[in-house]
Amino acid sequence: MTAETHKMTTVAVRQTSEDTTRRTLLLAAGLAVGLAAPFVLYPVFVMKVLCFALFACAFNLLIGFAGLLSFGHAAFFGGAAYITAHAAKVWGLPPELSILLGAGFSAVLGLAFGALAIRRQGIYFAMITLALAQMVFFLALQLKFTGGEDGIQGVPRGQLFGLFDLNQPLVMYYFVLAIFLFGFALIWRTVHSPFGQVLKAIRENEPRAISLGYRTERYKLLAFVLSASLAGLAGGTKALVFQLASLTDVQWQMSGEVVLMTLLGGMGTLFGPVVGAALVVTLESYLAGTNLPVPVVIGAIFVVCVLLFRRGIVGELQAFLARRKS
Amino acid sequence: MFELLGVPPQVLFGQLLLGLINGSFYALLSLGLAVIFGMLNVINFAHGALYMIGAFVAWFLLNKLGLGYWWALLLAPATVGLVGVIVEKTLLSRLYKLDHLYGLLLTFGLALIFEGAFRHQFGVSGQPYPIPDALKGGQNLGFMFLPNYRGWVVAASIVVCFGTWFAIERTRLGAYLRAATENPVLVQAFGINVPVMITLTYGFGVALAGLAGVLAAPIYQVSPLMGSNLIIVVFAVVVIGGMGSILGAIVTGLGLGLLEGLTKVFYPEASNIVVFVVMAIVLLIKPAGLFGRER
Repeated sequence: MTAETHKMTTVAVRQTSEDTTRRTLLLAAGLAVGLAAPFVLYPVFVMKVLCFALFACAFNLLIGFAGLLSFGHAAFFGGAAYITAHAAKVWGLPPELSILLGAGFSAVLGLAFGALAIRRQGIYFAMITLALAQMVFFLALQLKFTGGEDGIQGVPRGQLFGLFDLNQPLVMYYFVLAIFLFGFALIWRTVHSPFGQVLKAIRENEPRAISLGYRTERYKLLAFVLSASLAGLAGGTKALVFQLASLTDVQWQMSGEVVLMTLLGGMGTLFGPVVGAALVVTLESYLAGTNLPVPVVIGAIFVVCVLLFRRGIVGELQAFLARRKS
Repeated sequence: MFELLGVPPQVLFGQLLLGLINGSFYALLSLGLAVIFGMLNVINFAHGALYMIGAFVAWFLLNKLGLGYWWALLLAPATVGLVGVIVEKTLLSRLYKLDHLYGLLLTFGLALIFEGAFRHQFGVSGQPYPIPDALKGGQNLGFMFLPNYRGWVVAASIVVCFGTWFAIERTRLGAYLRAATENPVLVQAFGINVPVMITLTYGFGVALAGLAGVLAAPIYQVSPLMGSNLIIVVFAVVVIGGMGSILGAIVTGLGLGLLEGLTKVFYPEASNIVVFVVMAIVLLIKPAGLFGRER
């Protein structure tokens, strides 16, 4: 990943004011699409896209900007979904607190997993996160409160701040949109902060970052916790949207799916994961109506992405625009 | 009847035997992963799927061609090995110059394709595969009853594991292999065809997975999902043992299988996660793994 991302950073360095204007326009267009979408498309579908887009953006913060491939992000996504669902259903907490509790749980879990996983690099990092997430899966299967194979069903959406009734689709939609925008803005800020610069330095050349005096382990751990919390935020929101937390959310296939969304859209680009998530969710809901086996199609896209366009859709587009300009 | 630690000996030894059998599969699979990783620097995510394919080839041979277990023991690893050679030649070999993570992602995609295709065809329920006649029955060892087939699985996998260890550590071909792992360019300069060696190594590694699949077929049912959860445990085994040594992979695999069996006796709720807990502890104490060195 290093060679290509290196090229991308040099592109980013050459950013001019013209680029900034274009980016602002793009953001405004994206926001307009987000605001108008529920009037054109089925709101639950768009909410699903937004949840997974946030999940993929959180994952991308690690792989795209710190160069860490986590294969266990389902644990944070699904774990938070269970906690949020339990808090809303059994404890009767309001939605905003339930989601916050879910994200907080993922942050703590991320701290524990991250502290273990950053002891190894590269492929080992991927295997360790995968194994730890599998542990969470088995716990979810065996613990009483998760409801085993049934999951937690019929989670009440409740009243946001005691004012807004989330059972109305449009209200719920704008709540989800607001959460997504918050997460996206946080990632945007992180990536463009000095902290983000250090992360990129670690991704490009960790020994050099160490020799410059950065305690890279702390940076990596903080990035891991941040990514886990945001994945939890997405998972908790998803539990309220579908009023369901189930084993599907913590399975390793879910970890694979978020990798695919990010890879397809473009690792290390800000908009890539959003595009990838939208495509994968659309594809899956399309495939559900056909007789084609979903995993085979998903696997085939994986193989094609890895072999033919590793920069992903947005990454290739950026590279194309940069080529045309020079 | 006497008891050991409050547990009847039949239960204890029965679970230990089950653990030893699981451990044999862990050992065979992690050995294959270690051999492949040493040469290709690729973690083969498709290993579990290829193990499943090995079992299905045995099932096909029996039900479509009428060829029994002993033929399957020969033909299934060969078939899986051939699949591996094709995968390596057409797909994996394009990725060697890139970050190693792409190899992981590619084989992950392949695992999804293989498992999805078999699941589409056969559903999630397992197909039974009979124990071969020669290995039916069992021995009464006094303290426990040992089914012949289970004894055979443990013996066969230990023989194969140590055969592999001997071939890599003690023969000329193995010496080439180890040399090419250390420095492929130099070995190539000495006139040894390294690309062919890489292809054959991958083929051999996945053939081991295929063999494990045939051995597993009569014990577990032949099902499309039999490899997908196993492979994650094997990853943990590999992290615990460290991939530096062949012997380490074998010992760790068998040891963790036994530990899992013991956990089933004394604290069954934790038997699914004990390997992962051990992994976490090992990472805290010795991050490179029990037998590994930092690379």
